[in-house]
Amino acid sequence: MYALRQWSIRNAQVLEWLYENFEGVMVALHPLWLWMGYNRIEGPIRGLERRIKATLFDCRMCGRCVLSQTGMSCPMNCPKELRNGPCGGVREDTFCEIQPQMRCVWVDAWEGSARMRDGSGIGRVQPPLAQGHRGRSSWLREVREKRDRRFFGSGD
Amino acid sequence: MIADFLAAEINLIHGDEPMPGMPLPILEGHASAGRLERVLRAGRFAVTTEIAPPDTADAQAVFERASVFDGSVDAINATDGSGANCHMSSVGVCALLTRRGYATVMQVSCRDRNRIAIQGDVLGAAAMGVTSILCLTGDGVQAGDQPHAKPVFDFDCMSLLETVTVMRDQGEFLSGRKLNNPPRVFIGAAANPFAPPLDYRPLRLKKKIDAGAQFVQTQYCFDLEQLKSYMVQVRDMGLTEQCYILVGVGPLASARTAAWIRDNVPGVHIPDPVIRRLLGSENQREEGIRICVEMIQAIREIEGVHGVHIMAYRQEERVSDIVRESGVLEGRMPWHPGLTQRLID
Repeated sequence: MYALRQWSIRNAQVLEWLYENFEGVMVALHPLWLWMGYNRIEGPIRGLERRIKATLFDCRMCGRCVLSQTGMSCPMNCPKELRNGPCGGVREDTFCEIQPQMRCVWVDAWEGSARMRDGSGIGRVQPPLAQGHRGRSSWLREVREKRDRRFFGSGD
Repeated sequence: MIADFLAAEINLIHGDEPMPGMPLPILEGHASAGRLERVLRAGRFAVTTEIAPPDTADAQAVFERASVFDGSVDAINATDGSGANCHMSSVGVCALLTRRGYATVMQVSCRDRNRIAIQGDVLGAAAMGVTSILCLTGDGVQAGDQPHAKPVFDFDCMSLLETVTVMRDQGEFLSGRKLNNPPRVFIGAAANPFAPPLDYRPLRLKKKIDAGAQFVQTQYCFDLEQLKSYMVQVRDMGLTEQCYILVGVGPLASARTAAWIRDNVPGVHIPDPVIRRLLGSENQREEGIRICVEMIQAIREIEGVHGVHIMAYRQEERVSDIVRESGVLEGRMPWHPGLTQRLID
């Protein structure tokens, strides 16, 4: 819902805090997820994730959530699905060149980032989206990757 | 006398005489064999332009369209379905132009091709002598003559920049598979200092530089003050040391055209005084040229600007007049087919 999406951007700082804590809990519960089996819980968690994020952010389930780096404005709502900032076609009234009734999601992202405690993520270059991850849970992927990094290092 | 001067110039910038179709040697510290990179690294004020790709399968049409720029520009951009309209491909146009020795900037848009096609095109283009590649997101499909096309956008300009950089510097595809010979290209991006969010635009340029951009060509500049304030921020961030900035300019054909562009072409910002000046003149087309020339001269004075990119849609034949009247080449004659013959004569 567009109005809720705008609310989320206005409250980016609260959501940032919520997200951080929620992520901590999810990562801490890793042994539980492991015991239950990541593949088995993928379905229910994905359903929950979709419901929550679709309501708050018009989430498109890209499978690689970057909301914490885009001021809580989902970049997949950009008609060009740009994940690295606004294109050059933003109208002077800050609305989208393709959907003139919608504000540019990156104008929103810039404002949302400014409200966040750590809004620097918007300056980071995002890799191209892995198209095969679409529709899958981003939360579980995050948790698994965080645990892996903790155990095996960053892999770089 | 003039011939001596020109020969010295060619020597300075090119080091040697290009053989059409054959690559120049890559100079020390250069990424590519291209003349655009040579001109910029030599500290010269560079001039680039855009060729309108024809709607034909005729090579001659490309050569004719390119020849109007002879002696006025350092490189020619070949657009990739600009405005989401179908035309001859940028790979095709570049392949033809490099046969004649022209320096080209191949534009790659993310709208029409996925990562498999784009990486293949980058290799193919480099093999055919393309030395500069401009990485673009691309206009939305709704803007052009095929609004029902599938918008691809597998990459965005940023991930495209990074991919081409990885191909060149690490010699591998995005997948990690090795290349036998990496594409030696000078990598560019677009910038629009005139579209919202204005205070984010310098950061966006930094992001593009982080992703690999070595030069940028900007959207049309009709608002000098806005460009100046953008450049102040860009300079403060130290970006003019890391990237060559070519500012986009172009002649407006009339006040009506200007108003139409402003209302219908996303991302082009034309202030009222420019339109009023066109309205108030007797010959609007000539006034448009004059505004463009004055703009180039003013841009030339801005610290950190390394050149101009002239987009003279449907007025391509006037580019040489604009460049000459602006005086920005300072007597320099960019290489073009037949220049050597001209010097000998």
